[in-house]
Amino acid sequence: MKFIEITKKTSIDFIGLRNKAFVLSLALVLFGFFAFIMIALGKANESVDFTGGTQLQVKFEDQIAIGDLRSVLTGGGIGDVQIQQASGTKEFFIKTKLADAEKEKIQDKLSGILSKDFQGKKFQILGSNMVGSTVGKALKKNAIIAVVISMICIIVYIAWRFTFIFGIAATIATFHDVLALLGIFYLLNMEINILFITALLTIAGYSLTDTVVVFDRIRENIPKMKSKTDFGNTINRSINEVLSRTLITSITTLLAIGSILFLGGQVLFEFSLALFIGVLIGTYSSIFVASPIVYVWRKKVR
Amino acid sequence: MLKSIKLRVFFIVLFLIISVIYCLPNIIEPTGAWKKYLPSDKIHLGLDLKGGMHLLLELDTAKMLENMVNRKFDALKDGMIRDGIRFLGLDKKEYSLSIIIRAEQKDKLYNLIGKEFPDLKAGAAKIDGENVSVEFFLSEKELSNIKENAVHQALETIRNRIDQFGVSEPVIVRQGENQILVQLPGIKDPQRALELIGRTAQLEFKLVDEENAARYTGGIPPEGDEALTMKTKNKETGISTTTQILLKKQSLLTGELLTDARVKIGGEFGSEPYVAIEFNNEGAKLFDKVTADNVGKRIAIILDDTVYSAPVVKERISGGRASISGSFTMDEAKDLAIVLRAGALPAPVKVVQNITIGPSLGQDSIRKGVQAAILGAIIVIVFMIFYYRYSGIVADIALCLNLLYLLGAFSALQATMTLPGIAGIILTMGMGVDSNVLIFERIREELRLGKTVRAAVDVGYEKAWVTIFDSHITTLITTFVLFIFGTGPIKGFAVTLSIGVIVNLFTAVLGSKTIFDWILTKYKPRSLSI
Repeated sequence: MKFIEITKKTSIDFIGLRNKAFVLSLALVLFGFFAFIMIALGKANESVDFTGGTQLQVKFEDQIAIGDLRSVLTGGGIGDVQIQQASGTKEFFIKTKLADAEKEKIQDKLSGILSKDFQGKKFQILGSNMVGSTVGKALKKNAIIAVVISMICIIVYIAWRFTFIFGIAATIATFHDVLALLGIFYLLNMEINILFITALLTIAGYSLTDTVVVFDRIRENIPKMKSKTDFGNTINRSINEVLSRTLITSITTLLAIGSILFLGGQVLFEFSLALFIGVLIGTYSSIFVASPIVYVWRKKVR
Repeated sequence: MLKSIKLRVFFIVLFLIISVIYCLPNIIEPTGAWKKYLPSDKIHLGLDLKGGMHLLLELDTAKMLENMVNRKFDALKDGMIRDGIRFLGLDKKEYSLSIIIRAEQKDKLYNLIGKEFPDLKAGAAKIDGENVSVEFFLSEKELSNIKENAVHQALETIRNRIDQFGVSEPVIVRQGENQILVQLPGIKDPQRALELIGRTAQLEFKLVDEENAARYTGGIPPEGDEALTMKTKNKETGISTTTQILLKKQSLLTGELLTDARVKIGGEFGSEPYVAIEFNNEGAKLFDKVTADNVGKRIAIILDDTVYSAPVVKERISGGRASISGSFTMDEAKDLAIVLRAGALPAPVKVVQNITIGPSLGQDSIRKGVQAAILGAIIVIVFMIFYYRYSGIVADIALCLNLLYLLGAFSALQATMTLPGIAGIILTMGMGVDSNVLIFERIREELRLGKTVRAAVDVGYEKAWVTIFDSHITTLITTFVLFIFGTGPIKGFAVTLSIGVIVNLFTAVLGSKTIFDWILTKYKPRSLSI
């Protein structure tokens, strides 16, 4: 029987490549950790979901220079403001740490300033997002608690189904992916918002599945081991055996996400970008991070 | 799993029919006799897709308790004066009142408190010579009761207001200790809705203090009085001005005694809309008395500490009708009538989160998102057929089954579809494809080992199942934790994903395997297009 194959029967020495992979991963993780600290310190492009404040999406009818908009807003008394233009459109995202006070609503103030100083230029407020700072903090805290607890539960499950080492390795690989994606988004200065957190969770799920598939094959192949020192070969063989599955699944997922990335419109762009990059990282980590960790650890333990 | 193909086909078709029935209302509205028997719930679209307003309101219970302590303080003072209890000291703290009186009047005071203020608990009395100082306070239990009731009342009031404003599918739920979450999908005028919901709407009638008004030039008002702002609009120029007006602090009548409030046009206010209010029996009697006592004087009509008008009482008014005017526009008058009918909030509310998504943004994102998702699905379907040939078609059928079951489950559970929810569906579909890829790759491996088609398919499914089970269960664990600890959008994501994972597991057992078994039993092929 003949099959269409993207990979012929391979025998790549993935374990042999572990040191190179570990260097790359360490760099990704360290940078991700740095990004996490910057985010925790509030020095990243965080959405008002977490920081508290007001975010407005304004669409002008005519072309307006971003500098003019900034000076108008600063002149109107809204100094601490971030302005971003949606590329290729007349839409702007205006973000400020100010939240509604009892006396005054930020949205009213902004539209007041805009209609006063941009006379004759019509604009429309497409959307707004006002979050009090306590709500933002609670959201952030809950998200972190949820992620940490789910990680612990996964260690327990995988440790039960496989061994403790496998559980830890799967969790490290998942954290690796989440941190790497965080770092990349920080570097691209993309907004860290609730949708991005969802993307992180999705990727954690995807990466975990990928890792479990490889682990499952290792578990199946362990009884076939010829000697105790044969563990590296067993892992290599297992990864190679499931390699075509790993690639096919990644390709189909990337095809689906890619169409949303390029055609899904601006609301979904950053979200699908996160998923796209995340799938690539998740695929990489299940091959080059999770299993080599198990290998190195087992060698050390023994 | 199930041995009999017929039985499995029966289950697949049964669930398919159920799913389709539940999906139907999303496409066509059932009419006539069908309406009775068919489900009619659609999949709700979340605010991020449909546009609308998401509000998180916080009830200022501290302010409410402060007001309550103030009221008790005033009432107690009046009561003591009436009963002839001389107080040497009277002071209010956060949730307590401390009173110093002569020792011999202690019993009298305790009687008064016991009779008229049963919710006040007496602390230890301190005797200082002939004087006694006692502290009265509200117990912890009482305080939490009051707060609890206030949140319930606020929830009810806001629900009433929104119902009367007319919004379809609003979400009004309590969140945490003193927060209320309000979601108004597809709302056209969010600003107006916010004003309607956020207004305390405390209606009061107070006497204008004309005696002191002449001497009062601003600053601290005289004892027993308060100065509030009054807005007046010049009818010709349309410019509104604010003035301070001196009032007796004691309110004569409050909005609690209202039974109805309606917008009217005409009569003494010309073409301007005004709000006609009607009191209940008790209110009507009180209003009758108040107007009878104060003919020739001005009574101010106050809403949330702003004076709307202060007309002169021309004659005693019986029958319990009054009107509120204040140069309203039609919408303003309508909203005022709504808040008066729905009643006042027990405490002021603060907006702590307000997400408004314009309908155009929502629609745009739905259209593009759906187009892109459909295209993505087509690409995946085509790819599967390209790569796995006829088996790819089997996988695609299983995938479509999966999607239909998923939509059916969503409709039946009346889940709300949001952007994170769609992410959950994408991940589910990805996992669905992955299950098939896992199985097919396994079957290929077995075929390469030289097994027969029948054996390869059976072993392939059996071995892949272990992996599929493990990966799905780990995902399910994550989703449960996210559901418990996550808030808002994260919760939505968790719900879609967990439904998806369960449906996936089901189709992985029943879906494509049944089709394979059927083909293999019927045609007994010697080779497999995979």
